[in-house]
Amino acid sequence: MKTNTFSPLALLSRFSVLIILLGIGVIFALGSEDFLAPNNLLNIALQTSIIAIVAVGMTFTILTAGIDLSVGSIMALCGALAAGLAVKSGLGTFGGISLALIAGMLLGAINGLLIVRGGMPPFVATLAMMAVARGLTLVYTNGRPIAGIDEAFIFLGNGKVLGIPVPIIIMIVIAVIAGIVLRYTRFGLHVYATGGNEETTRLAGISPGKIKMAVYIISGFTAALGGILLTARLWSAQPNAATGWELDAIAAPVLGGTSLFGGVGNVGGTVAGAFIIGILSNGLNLMGISSYYQQVIKGIVFILAVILDLFTKRKK
Amino acid sequence: MSDTLPLLKMERISKSYPGVQALEAVDFDVVPGEIHALVGENGAGKSTLMKILTGAQLPDSGRIIWKNQPVNITSPGDAQALGISMIHQELSLIPHLTVGQNIFLGREIGSGIPGFINWKKLYRAAQELLDRLNVGIDARTEVRFLSIAQQQMVEVVKALSLNADLIAMDEPTSALTDRETDILFRVMRSLKAEGVSLIFISHRLEEVFEISDRITTLRDGIFVGTKEAATLTEAQVVNMMVGRELGELYPKTNRVRQEVVLQITNLQDNKELHGVDLTLHKGEILGIAGLVGAGRTALAETLFGIRRAVAGEIKIDGRPVRVNSPGKAIKLGMGLVPEDRKLQGVFLNMAVKDNIFISAMKQVTTWGFININKANRLAKTFVKKLGVRTPNVGQRIRNLSGGNQQKVVIARWLTLNPHILILDEPTRGIDIGAKAEIHGLMSDLAAEGMGVLMISSELPEVLNVSDRILVMHEGRVTAEFSRDEATQDKIMLAATGGLDQGGMLNENEHV
Amino acid sequence: MKIDFKTLSQKYGLVIVFLMLCLGLGLLTDRFLTVSNMVNVLRQSTINGIIAIGMTYVILTAGIDLSVGSILALTGVVTASLLQSEGVSVPLAIVAGLTLGALLGLVNGVIITQFKVPPFVTTLGMMTIARGLALTFTEGRPITGLPDGFRTIGTGSLGSIPMPIFIALIAFLLGYIVLNHTTLGEYIFALGNNPVAARYAGINTNVYIIFVYIVAGILAALAGMILIARLNSAQPTAGLAYEFDAIAAVVVGGTSFSGGEGSLWGTLLGVLVIAVLNNGLNLLNVSSFYQPVVTGVVIALALLFYKLLRR
Repeated sequence: MKTNTFSPLALLSRFSVLIILLGIGVIFALGSEDFLAPNNLLNIALQTSIIAIVAVGMTFTILTAGIDLSVGSIMALCGALAAGLAVKSGLGTFGGISLALIAGMLLGAINGLLIVRGGMPPFVATLAMMAVARGLTLVYTNGRPIAGIDEAFIFLGNGKVLGIPVPIIIMIVIAVIAGIVLRYTRFGLHVYATGGNEETTRLAGISPGKIKMAVYIISGFTAALGGILLTARLWSAQPNAATGWELDAIAAPVLGGTSLFGGVGNVGGTVAGAFIIGILSNGLNLMGISSYYQQVIKGIVFILAVILDLFTKRKK
Repeated sequence: MSDTLPLLKMERISKSYPGVQALEAVDFDVVPGEIHALVGENGAGKSTLMKILTGAQLPDSGRIIWKNQPVNITSPGDAQALGISMIHQELSLIPHLTVGQNIFLGREIGSGIPGFINWKKLYRAAQELLDRLNVGIDARTEVRFLSIAQQQMVEVVKALSLNADLIAMDEPTSALTDRETDILFRVMRSLKAEGVSLIFISHRLEEVFEISDRITTLRDGIFVGTKEAATLTEAQVVNMMVGRELGELYPKTNRVRQEVVLQITNLQDNKELHGVDLTLHKGEILGIAGLVGAGRTALAETLFGIRRAVAGEIKIDGRPVRVNSPGKAIKLGMGLVPEDRKLQGVFLNMAVKDNIFISAMKQVTTWGFININKANRLAKTFVKKLGVRTPNVGQRIRNLSGGNQQKVVIARWLTLNPHILILDEPTRGIDIGAKAEIHGLMSDLAAEGMGVLMISSELPEVLNVSDRILVMHEGRVTAEFSRDEATQDKIMLAATGGLDQGGMLNENEHV
Repeated sequence: MKIDFKTLSQKYGLVIVFLMLCLGLGLLTDRFLTVSNMVNVLRQSTINGIIAIGMTYVILTAGIDLSVGSILALTGVVTASLLQSEGVSVPLAIVAGLTLGALLGLVNGVIITQFKVPPFVTTLGMMTIARGLALTFTEGRPITGLPDGFRTIGTGSLGSIPMPIFIALIAFLLGYIVLNHTTLGEYIFALGNNPVAARYAGINTNVYIIFVYIVAGILAALAGMILIARLNSAQPTAGLAYEFDAIAAVVVGGTSFSGGEGSLWGTLLGVLVIAVLNNGLNLLNVSSFYQPVVTGVVIALALLFYKLLRR
């Protein structure tokens, strides 16, 4: 009996993200002298960090064969809440941010409840949340930006520790924690199991419902964190912030090899996927391609990534 | 062995589903350290009995005694806790997890830190269990890289890790090669030597005789007997399995004609058909017998353009044809009453009439617009012709009995007036009255000149209704009998591989 | 004939909810139950109503179309620019716009059927692509000033019926007839009900799935034309979140996400419920920012209600 763990194809598909990443990098490096400048690379990492954080949370939901379309709106709402509570309600930066993170988890919990208890398809429940959270953001901000956040808050988005921008550090921390959870904990294994085969998971005495609740709470949390960092970076909370970011947040894990049908994927891939998107937009920017046109490219890349994923899986 | 105290006793177990008595007062027992084969035709009640044993279903009456204690098994968890595990035909491992993760899912070995898994320990424990069976599987391999046989070994190991005293295996060899089967049997024997009991469900009698100590036979939900394997012959077991009185034979008019309506030569797909030849005449009912997995459904679906053929020729009325979609098959004058009525046959939430005219929209429309009067008329005509019992043609079909739903599916094809009708298990799960009506209907259709291809796992049905009978085994036609010559024993023997594989049984040969 | 309580409460439950909603609003504010306000509600609901017809088709096949809002924007700006071009007649511009909508729907349908990409993923991608194209095409600026002949479809009236309402009614009637009285509609219900059985019954299911996305695309384009005609301007950012309102109307109308169950009458009522709610919030001086919140809650309630009903 043969037990071949590795096949060339599996190896290739395992590192395909990195290969794509490298390929894009080479193309842009050849196309623009500025691309490989240290400042630009740091800039890419900074721009990528927030989307990577949100995409890490999204990875959990997709691993259970779910999806969270509400992350963009949750980012906006929680970013606004953090700023508003800190500035307008006088809770201070720490209080505002803490409450905003809790709010993100609550919104995630509502998503989870609608899906697990209400039996709604994940994309419907989170689509509804997408609209509701956006509406609440407009209600809370009255449609106007909230400015006036203090130095400490701004530091989160624009400060540096040991020369490394804070959002990048936070991204690394989040990715490492998520990686450890998925790789070394019971919960992590159960996330994969739920996405792999819900019935078998149930028969093993695990409650897939609880696992799903948890992943939507995680996604709510990372979205809230992403929204707070975005607010910090922009010095203010914009009611229309992060519109359409759910696409990037979904594209990153899918580009990183996470299957939309659940059970397959890892955080490393997601971060690499986020960097593909980051490099893509940075390179396109440097090449002077309009942000409108970039949207078109992003949409096409997104669909192609999914088709590629389905194609390699069907080969198997 | 019979003087050993039994590990498990199931006493007078009964279970009925709407319209079907699945089990009637069945007794079954297992002693420690034995391999106990459970045999019977499809629908004899084997899987229902196992479902009750493993808590997937509750019996209507009867009791289960486990290690001398009466027990209530109401969920798979209950069964597991007692030490009863089941390995299903469809394996339930998670493909992208490793062998070790699958074995210990839900019971991971923790490390000092709460919530964290000690992978080293987990894999070592898994590897020990695997090595105990000496099957050469690495605990760190992802399950998707394993063969079906290896996955089965993993299921066995999973059961062992649950400290199972009894493992029930449903058709474990059906997807295995001979060599893999040998390895499985070696594992089963070593488990037996360790005192684990095994229930072995199989259609392959030679395997049953090779591995089991005792054999229990079920027939139509009734317990026929439990005997030491050494005291039985294959022929005796076949007899116990099929020993039914045949119902009244349909009077046969001399309706089979000379003209060949369908001729298939060397039909192959990549998976289940390995070269099928058959000829169907006008006015003939050709019965196709065989076990589940013999390729009968694959044959029907390939003929109807649902699966793709990779080799072979299909001729209709002498003309070679290519069937690449059901639509094409319909144009060529075929109809298929599929095996799984709920999944493939009916539109449960639609009305009886929609279910009837859905494939014949041209007949009820003018310029694409549905003519309600025409539609109702057509539906009513066929409801009446086939005796479908429904309050009206607007009734949702889900409210009809299985037999009446099946008549509606047949009616759907009759609206198109096909000259070849393929029926896959036409009376499965249907009550006796409706069964007879459907048989009568098939006879009438053949009398009108239609060529009827009937796939059935019920031997009395095959014998009763067919003019001629083909038996399939492992993707080929392995025997052909005329109506007069066929007996249940002969068919069963051919279907279980008791004959030389590939060698056609001579019609005059005696079994 | 047997009376099915569930069907009955499913059918008339919504009517009762709608009437109660109207009554309640009528009591809360005297501006609600006036003829001019009623016509206003109808006019406001035409765009969502037209999109929701296509969405009903799509959801009946157990699919979804998130790209309708972006398709509306893209076809809107393209039509507007054609209208401003020399030598392009109004009918030609309209036909071109509708054709573009059909093409975008075709792309959705082909990706879904040929590559087996889940509908929500495909149309989410298309949502971004079409929006990006609309913005690229206009460089982010609105196109204003449309010919009067064209503007009639948004601002004109036929007798006393405003043109948009008239067009929506026609679209609804056509949609209804196709869905309930033709082979096409029969096949859409059948394949939503049981795609496997549909295939066994000889229906070429892929063709009809592609068809529903084309219908959704055309109707989004039509809605876009009414919108730009009314505003005398085509915005590349138009139609944001319109997919959400359309899905909401379909869901409130009782069409099931698992496909094969639902009706255009339900969708019509769903559209009206949402329009009346929004109108009511307006009249009660509630900020329009609350609209998506209320709609979201209504979706959740409707889904839970139907889930209980289908038990």
